[in-house]
Amino acid sequence: MTDIAQDIPVARPAPPRRSTGVFGWLRANLFNSVFNSILTLIAVALIVVSVPPIVRWALIDAIWRAPNGQACHGGGACWAFIGEKFRFILFGRYPLDEQWRPAAVIFVFAAMIASACFRPLWGRRLAIIWFVGMSAVFLLMAGGLPGMRRVETALWSGLPLTLILAVVGMLFGFPLGVLLALGRRSRLPAVRAICVGYIELVRGVPLITVLFMASLMLPLFLPAGMTIDKLLRAQIAIILFAAAYLAEVVRGGLQAIPKGQVEAADALGLSYFQRTRLIVLPQALAMVIPPLVNSFIGMFKDTSLVIIVSLFDLLGATGFALTDANWQGFAVEAYVFIALIYWAFCFFMSRYSQVLEREFNRGKRR
Amino acid sequence: MTSEQVSLNIAPARPAPWRDPRIRGVAYQVVFVAAVAGFAAFLLHNMLGNISRQHIATGFGFLRKEAAFGIGESLIAYSPADTYGRAFLVGLTNTLYVAAIGIVLATILGTVMGLARLSSNWLIAKLAQIYVETFRNIPLLLQLFFWWGLLNTVAPSPRQAWQILPDVFVSNRGIAFPVPVGNPAYGWIGIAFVVGALLVISLRRWAALRQAATGRQFPTGWVGLGLILGLPLIVFLAFGAPFALNAPALRGFNFSGGTTVSPEFTALLLGLVIYTGTFIAEIVRAGILAVSWGQSEAAMALGLKSGQRMRLVVLPQALRVIIPPMTSQYLGIAKNSSLAVAIGYPDLVSIANTTMNQTGQAVEGIMMIMAVYLCISLAISLAMNLYNRAVALVER
Repeated sequence: MTDIAQDIPVARPAPPRRSTGVFGWLRANLFNSVFNSILTLIAVALIVVSVPPIVRWALIDAIWRAPNGQACHGGGACWAFIGEKFRFILFGRYPLDEQWRPAAVIFVFAAMIASACFRPLWGRRLAIIWFVGMSAVFLLMAGGLPGMRRVETALWSGLPLTLILAVVGMLFGFPLGVLLALGRRSRLPAVRAICVGYIELVRGVPLITVLFMASLMLPLFLPAGMTIDKLLRAQIAIILFAAAYLAEVVRGGLQAIPKGQVEAADALGLSYFQRTRLIVLPQALAMVIPPLVNSFIGMFKDTSLVIIVSLFDLLGATGFALTDANWQGFAVEAYVFIALIYWAFCFFMSRYSQVLEREFNRGKRR
Repeated sequence: MTSEQVSLNIAPARPAPWRDPRIRGVAYQVVFVAAVAGFAAFLLHNMLGNISRQHIATGFGFLRKEAAFGIGESLIAYSPADTYGRAFLVGLTNTLYVAAIGIVLATILGTVMGLARLSSNWLIAKLAQIYVETFRNIPLLLQLFFWWGLLNTVAPSPRQAWQILPDVFVSNRGIAFPVPVGNPAYGWIGIAFVVGALLVISLRRWAALRQAATGRQFPTGWVGLGLILGLPLIVFLAFGAPFALNAPALRGFNFSGGTTVSPEFTALLLGLVIYTGTFIAEIVRAGILAVSWGQSEAAMALGLKSGQRMRLVVLPQALRVIIPPMTSQYLGIAKNSSLAVAIGYPDLVSIANTTMNQTGQAVEGIMMIMAVYLCISLAISLAMNLYNRAVALVER
């Protein structure tokens, strides 16, 4: 028996294909089928065609120093334009000798956002930090303390203006949004109808129309003789717009609260306001923190629209810098530069919201 | 026993009126509505006072007056001698035009990129990820300015236009490309296409009925493709294959012939499609990931081929997750097309803005814009909700 078994010629299976090392990785990830191999070759061709010219434009042929715009026009990017204009792009029309103030404001905002990302601080301490921070921001921008010149809001511009519009929009839009969301979930039909009407009306129209409304119609709404600052008008528009979107985010959290929580609160004899403040909102708001961060990113990007009502935020100040007769034709360089600023901020925030989401779902993961 | 009877006979104690939840509810609502109405009346009163003080005309009579401003591009005939109402209509058609094309292209780009991010091909997945992470995090308005700046300042004059494809030229006057010369045969080809599509619909119904009755399958896909493409092709050949291109050619300082799309339109469309495409890619990816792997395994166990698995098992379930957020992206495209005003494409907002500046009637202008966008939003929501209902899970 054993002899026979040994005598049968057995076709030796070929050794398995290598699945480790560079070739194994290439085969598994780039050439694992005919279709994928073709795709890989097309992608490589695209990269070979498009990347070298971009690198040559942005780095190799780029001009880093130039006395004026005429000397800066040679095949590559003119980064000298950014070097010449970066103060204007960042701080806009803010008085030149006072520009340490908006620079400080950017650092205050950075510190506030960093503290908000540090979770052990969450709670009352964070509220105090933000209150102090926002006060410092407005004190620095407006001036008025001895030794600090008053600067009117018409001159506020650049990155600090973008940050102020987005952060203040969030800080005031959020409580309004919570009230609207609660109103939309209310059992009282009149309250519900008005809240639904407001939310759907604002969400159905573009931000531009709300900004137009604030800049053109709001002055008509005020009693005779009363005027309202242009910046404040745009800020009100952003707050009202943000509130409608935040209301829908908060509503998502409210709907996710199990009914038993509300019933338990009722059984304990809590009033509507006690129930909402102590039971419903803490759970609902904790649940919607990651989407709230995403809303904030959206708002940060949307503030660029205030340029339409002629405010000079980061994008507006850049557009203004591009009108310099001595430096003509560097729109692409300027836009790439501020795109990097916007991108860095939004990318960081979206990564942070993903981290938060993972941590909040840790209990639900199996 | 007695205690039960006693408790049954006693009516529940009526709370005092100020503690009765129903009365309180009514009171709260009356107060709330009165506050809102009072505030609205206050604003309206101020507005009427201001309008009469500043001698601003009211009403929509201005729509019948002569507009006296030119519009760069329009789908319907327009001249400065036309009325404001006509100008408004031009803006509306331009908005709808760019939004419709944007929705189609963004859906295609987003779906391709979403699938690419899930590709087993490392390079393709990474490229798609770079695309999404880059363009999602830059404000749309900035992207519009960038494309517009690229087309306006970097692109050469028509004489040195870049030829990116045969007979397709990019210059600072826009993109010029060839169009087929009109021919009566094309109308018949269109009719043949519609007939083919109707035949395919009835064929599918018949095939489904037959499969339900006998279990035999019919190759609907191939036959359908043959009908939809074959019928127009036969008509095309029957007319002697009339085909001629009207290609753009340089005459003087600009292109004539073919069709030219303006830099404004190109920048707006590019920006809308590339920006929204990133969000759609994420929605598509999330939708497909939401279908559990067990579903695919079950389909494989039933012996379905990979195409059938995708079409019959994965996609119908993924669509349920995809459609609601997709609706808000479509609404976003329609609303974001209003950014055209910043780069000078004559959309609704841009024309209304000019009108408001000329007539001073801001209230009417803004109300008209808002009404139009609300209608567009409602129409898109309605269409998507109907579609959503068609693909929604039918539960018992």
